[in-house]
Amino acid sequence: MKRLIKTLTCTVAALVATTAVYAGEDAVLMINEEITIPTTAPAPEGSPLTELLSGWKFRSGETQALQMDDFDNPSFIFIDKARDQWVKVDGTEGKSCASCHEDVESFKGLRTELPRWNETKGKMYAMENYINDCRTERMGAEAWKWSKGNMTGMTSLISLQSRGLPVAVKTDGPASTAYELGKKLYYTRVGQLDMACSNCHEDNYGVMIRADHLSQGQINGFPTYRLKNAKINSVQARFKGCMKNIRAEPFKEGSEEFTALELYVASRGNGLAVESPAVRN
Amino acid sequence: MQRILLAALSSALISTAAFASEVAPDGVAFGEDGQVTASLTGVAGDPVAGKLAFVGRKLGNCLACHINDDATAESFHGEVGPPLNGVAGRWDTAQLRGIVVNSKMTFEDTIMPAFYHEGGERILEKFVGTTILTAQQVEDIVAYLQTLKEE
Ligand code: HEC
Ligand code: HEC
Repeated sequence: MKRLIKTLTCTVAALVATTAVYAGEDAVLMINEEITIPTTAPAPEGSPLTELLSGWKFRSGETQALQMDDFDNPSFIFIDKARDQWVKVDGTEGKSCASCHEDVESFKGLRTELPRWNETKGKMYAMENYINDCRTERMGAEAWKWSKGNMTGMTSLISLQSRGLPVAVKTDGPASTAYELGKKLYYTRVGQLDMACSNCHEDNYGVMIRADHLSQGQINGFPTYRLKNAKINSVQARFKGCMKNIRAEPFKEGSEEFTALELYVASRGNGLAVESPAVRN
Repeated sequence: MQRILLAALSSALISTAAFASEVAPDGVAFGEDGQVTASLTGVAGDPVAGKLAFVGRKLGNCLACHINDDATAESFHGEVGPPLNGVAGRWDTAQLRGIVVNSKMTFEDTIMPAFYHEGGERILEKFVGTTILTAQQVEDIVAYLQTLKEE
């Protein structure tokens, strides 16, 4: 049955693909019948793209629908757990996240700025880095693994506070070294299949690659629930997946390379609205 | 377990593939237009085996990027490359072989992977020192492509 649904979805996507460029091209992303989130944006200056398109536009109607209601969006099961975690005391210091940050709503806008340069630490910081600093340095608790459930639940809860706001990462000043590194990685061919991110997500978006409708590989929807592995996926776990698919040795999650790539890919989507927590197949 | 067996089997295939008559990946001679005139193995390609290697997701997975009306039993044909219907009428054997071995010798900077080529950046450890297809699989696919004639 599940197979059948999948086949059906893909047939629909394939049909649409031949008549229009994107599946659900004209669909509007309205969440809970109240918040409309734009899924296109003008390309930022110097962008190789003519228009920015959210990955949501490239998904089938069924997958799109799961993101249109927080009751249907499976991310919210994990976000609810993260809300419990938010107030839970953990570690030697007897503190929870709420001890220092009170309401998670105080993080409104944060998702749009990350990764960014952390002056105190002298390196680029993704949201996961900030969370783990709080856990180890302020709470005396153990660091969470980059893409494990407790971390992705918390990054989803925090990112949700920015839903609808435009991505606006900074690429100049102290972030420029990471930006350049990320850009280089984006265009470097790797793996036995010898491909770069750009080969698929810049040169071929809108096209079917076997059963997948290639998107621009934007990260405005991350962390993202994927039907494929039935869990929330971090940006860097997604990068890892794409690299393995082309038989390339992925960088480590949290490495300088992947955080640089995250910054660069985020900057390619500057202006797109944050959709976290998105749903993808 | 199955995976291990499969891996063992394929590496066995790759190592025994070093027959004296077989052209090594770095020994392939390309013509000016990227064509490869000589057979890689000296053994005639088998179009039936070729079709299997063409559709196999862990082998050629050619349908990832190409529509092929001869393989409609398989769902999901990609559109990254041109449809291969009637491809035998557009290219001769040597050129088809060259395209499958290393299409970059025919189409500069193409996204199409080189199927009989070793080396590259950051190759996943288990694929280091291997080619995507064996020499005979390339010959089989070339034989299969030659059957794709326009009606
Ligand atoms: C062989 C083609 C290919 C290559 C090369 C590739 N990807 Fe992907 N990528 C895909 C496919 C297929 C998907 C799933 C459909 C889609 O969203 O495009 C995907 C999805 C993504 C997504 C999720 C987008 C969303 O809206 O959920 C991101 C982010 C991404 N890729 C980034 C990258 C980066 C960064 C690289 C380089 C390290 C890369 N990809 C290399 C094929 C590729
Ligand atoms: C990741 C994408 C991709 C994969 C996988 C792929 N190809 Fe291609 N192929 C292309 C593209 C793109 C072209 C067009 C050349 C160009 O302009 O880059 C092409 C061109 C060709 C051509 C010339 C077609 C014509 O009409 O001119 C043949 C033949 C071909 N491919 C065969 C194959 C075979 C056989 C396989 C599998 C063993 C395969 N391809 C796998 C992308 C791919």
